[in-house]
Amino acid sequence: MTERVLEVEHLVTEFRLRSGPVRAVDDVSFHVDAGECVGLVGESGCGKSTTGLSIMRLLPQVGHIVGGRIVLGGRDLVGLSEEEMRRVRGREVAMVFQDPMTSLNPTMTIGRQVAEPLRIHERMPKEQARERALELLRLVGIPNPAERLDDYPHQLSGGLRQRVVIATALAAQPKLLIADEPTTALDVTIQAQILDLLDELRESLGMALVLITHDMGVIAGRTDRVMVMYAGKIVEGAPTVELFRHMRHPYAEALLESIPQLDQDADAPLYSIPGHPPDLSEPQVGCRFAPRCRYATQECSTTEPPVVEEEGNRFVACYHPVGESQGSRRHMVDQEQTLRWHAAATARRAALEGAPLLVEVEHLVKEFPIRRGILQRAKDSVKAVSDVSFAIRQGETFGLAGESGCGKSTIGRLVVALDRPTSGRIRLGGQELLRLGSAELRRRRRDVQLMFQDPYASLDPRMRVGSILREPLLVQGIGDRRAQWQAVARLLGEVGLSRKATGLYPHEFSGGQRQRIGLARALTLEPRLVVADEQALQERHGLTYLVISHDLAVLRYLSDTIGVMYLGKLVEVGPAGRVYDAPAHPYTRGLIGSIPIPDPSRERSKRGGGIRGELPSPVHPPSGCRFRTRCPLAEPICAEQEPPMQVFGPGHAAACHFPLQTPTTDAPAPPGVVLGQPREPEPV
Amino acid sequence: MTTTGEPRQGDPTEAAGPATRAMVEGDSQSEPSGAPGGNGTAIGGELLRDEHLATRDAEVVEPTSWLRLAATTFAENRLALVGLGVIVFMVLFSFVGPLIYHTNQVATNLIDENLSPSAAHLLGTSPEGRDELGRLMVGGQSTIEVGLGVGLLSTLFGLVYGALAGYVGGVVDAVLMRIVDAMLSIPYLFFVVLLAALIRPNLLVVILVLSAVSWLSTARLVRGETLSLRERDYVVAAKGFGSRAREIVRRHVTPNLLGVVVVNGTLTVANAILAFASITYLGLGPPPPATSWGNMLSTGINNLFDGYWWQLWPAAFLIVVTVLAINVIGDGLADVVEVRLQKR
Repeated sequence: MTERVLEVEHLVTEFRLRSGPVRAVDDVSFHVDAGECVGLVGESGCGKSTTGLSIMRLLPQVGHIVGGRIVLGGRDLVGLSEEEMRRVRGREVAMVFQDPMTSLNPTMTIGRQVAEPLRIHERMPKEQARERALELLRLVGIPNPAERLDDYPHQLSGGLRQRVVIATALAAQPKLLIADEPTTALDVTIQAQILDLLDELRESLGMALVLITHDMGVIAGRTDRVMVMYAGKIVEGAPTVELFRHMRHPYAEALLESIPQLDQDADAPLYSIPGHPPDLSEPQVGCRFAPRCRYATQECSTTEPPVVEEEGNRFVACYHPVGESQGSRRHMVDQEQTLRWHAAATARRAALEGAPLLVEVEHLVKEFPIRRGILQRAKDSVKAVSDVSFAIRQGETFGLAGESGCGKSTIGRLVVALDRPTSGRIRLGGQELLRLGSAELRRRRRDVQLMFQDPYASLDPRMRVGSILREPLLVQGIGDRRAQWQAVARLLGEVGLSRKATGLYPHEFSGGQRQRIGLARALTLEPRLVVADEQALQERHGLTYLVISHDLAVLRYLSDTIGVMYLGKLVEVGPAGRVYDAPAHPYTRGLIGSIPIPDPSRERSKRGGGIRGELPSPVHPPSGCRFRTRCPLAEPICAEQEPPMQVFGPGHAAACHFPLQTPTTDAPAPPGVVLGQPREPEPV
Repeated sequence: MTTTGEPRQGDPTEAAGPATRAMVEGDSQSEPSGAPGGNGTAIGGELLRDEHLATRDAEVVEPTSWLRLAATTFAENRLALVGLGVIVFMVLFSFVGPLIYHTNQVATNLIDENLSPSAAHLLGTSPEGRDELGRLMVGGQSTIEVGLGVGLLSTLFGLVYGALAGYVGGVVDAVLMRIVDAMLSIPYLFFVVLLAALIRPNLLVVILVLSAVSWLSTARLVRGETLSLRERDYVVAAKGFGSRAREIVRRHVTPNLLGVVVVNGTLTVANAILAFASITYLGLGPPPPATSWGNMLSTGINNLFDGYWWQLWPAAFLIVVTVLAINVIGDGLADVVEVRLQKR
């Protein structure tokens, strides 16, 4: 008989806004046993975070628990006074938030922050608390914890910071830990490490864990049971293995279908859930998912489906639960469309064969000087990009992958000529843009457009969308007033936005819509190359793309060719399918292995195989092969000699002394990649 | 400056999000939170359905003019409308008033000195026997001229100076800002005393001197804002499609500065009126018979213990009401500029 740690019964939480109450959590019930991990999954705004904050009683000012019980360790938290609650937080339940930078105090050393709960809850003397803090930092896997105690948060990397946050949460040994998107702000390699840590701690401390995430892969690999939330309700709950064996609620099914996966058919269209989640400030009638559901009938929109217990310790709230036969993936997208996409993909690939090179990057180097002192003399430099060469064919989508800090975004900015390289060449259609005179460069900028990582930040908040889209035409002097507005209307149609959008400001749109505005603006000038920084595209508009992303599943889905970067170096490049199915570089293999797969059995079997450690400093990169400090195959030679690029198949090359497959010599090398000994970058 | 970023997880506004999103039709974006993979993946499916839009949509979609939008937003702020009304009244009172209510504000008339309010002199008379109501009108002229003059002059100059330093940066920035630092270290009363000793200060000199002092803080504020605006993605984006530096400053930097500049400008106006009052209180302003509300205030304070309240309170009241009115107008203008807080 396992001990029940948390029991949430019919929880209702409302935000009382000026415009009226918004019922963010509506009649939510679930429980968590000791040592168990329960996942809460759903789209943003579904109420999963609000549920976590309700348990902590840390809701914002306008948030109120208006009904239900939250029983933690036999006590109902809902009725407790703030003073009583203060004693519960940290000691019985603790929370880890998404962004480790903002959840740590930048003015306190990490030692003091970890010790703080001990000083508060156990009135531990200073010295003893410091000792305990040291133990905790060791427990969460911080290397050399004794040296780190007096560091400040900004001196740590994102991954280490999140470990510190976890140590702080664990300090007073809570029975329950709530982790709200604990790894969303981190790289996949670090994500795997943090999730491993949470798993280990749960086992060794017997702690219960509530894991809140949007990522089905994380859910599959880490949780024992899952609650799928939609619009404030739990629509389906099941043991994780059961849930992924067959989903019962159409929303859960749609959620899984709408994310790109490594093993899926990269030429088929992705399913997208039509419509929006309902407006929770209005009273809800019937099933909340009904307007977006493919199986909805009259009954669904008039009466709310009751929660039905099913065999296998699971329940679902739906009149027409999805059948037991899993069928093939992609069955939600209609067959005809899939066929059309396949045909288009085949035609594209044929056209790519023998297509001319549009972008040629040769021995590209970019170093950012670190200036110190009164004279601002350069003391050192950040080696952001170190001797990178590749080429993009006309009409090709080239995906550039790697952890944050690997230099991929710097390459993006260099390619669109927003930054000057330290040395090396970038040619567009055979011509170096930065060699052009300023007037000619200004005119030619229309050929290369950048889509920014954060579409909201790239749109002037004080300009309405109409003016934003018209501006490039105005600047380049294309067309008269009428023609420009017609072009704006056409672009909006192309990206699927209404003409009404012209009169609205960027803040009046959702994240996805802003992204489409960003896309529309990038397309305004009919560029030859679009560089998309952390942007997912689905429609290629017949253009050439350089897509930069840390998400390999997305890149696999989008790209024809993939380049993998590590700490300023291109370590592997090749056709997307080949790089994924048969990577030659250990880093590529590790990176692919770190992506959480939404399949419990496969996700669980790969435990512990990921890349260890953190990205070294780009100011003093390791000698020889830069990956050697984290490589499982590293030998002394890796520290002495930089590995040259070798060919592993048609268009597939990698730079490693101990590649995962034997190099071939007779296959053609990928375009643009310079083989043999890397050239010493010459200063300009 | 208020920056409303993306709502965070658990942010109450997020739950209310769909209401705003629903404003735009043709949207059917499923959006797994924070998932770079999920975002925007719906573009393709969407396109297929909305193809007809592109062809049908040949007509011009120019949105309503910015000015009309601004006027509507300003009018939504009732307090700002009242403030505008007050300022209009003050201008009419000072400039049109004397045409209707004739008084002699030049000659000294010792027979009528310090009379309390009566039918002949609605607000009594001054120690020189001049009608106080008429004097408030004349004093209002110089006060308003100085307030608005200094406000406009120092804001414009500070805006250009600060934006130049911030946008160009480097050596230009360093030199320009050291000049500001140097000037800030000199107390403004020193300027005034010096000038009063050298020349006979007239209204123009007062405006110039006060402007020479007030633009400094504006320039600093603008330069700081510009430094951060210069690095924004939308400025980089504008460079990316070939905008010239002046186009960027005009279209992206200046409009985004307006929020702080406008609020700062109204404070400058209010401060200038008060500074003018203190200058004339010290007797360093234009010599009699020229007057201002500040000047009248100082006379009133001198005679307070004789019980001549009408020489003090009306002038004090007008100064306070005018300054308040300008501040609420500033709030209204800030609403116009801060588009993200507008409800539509």
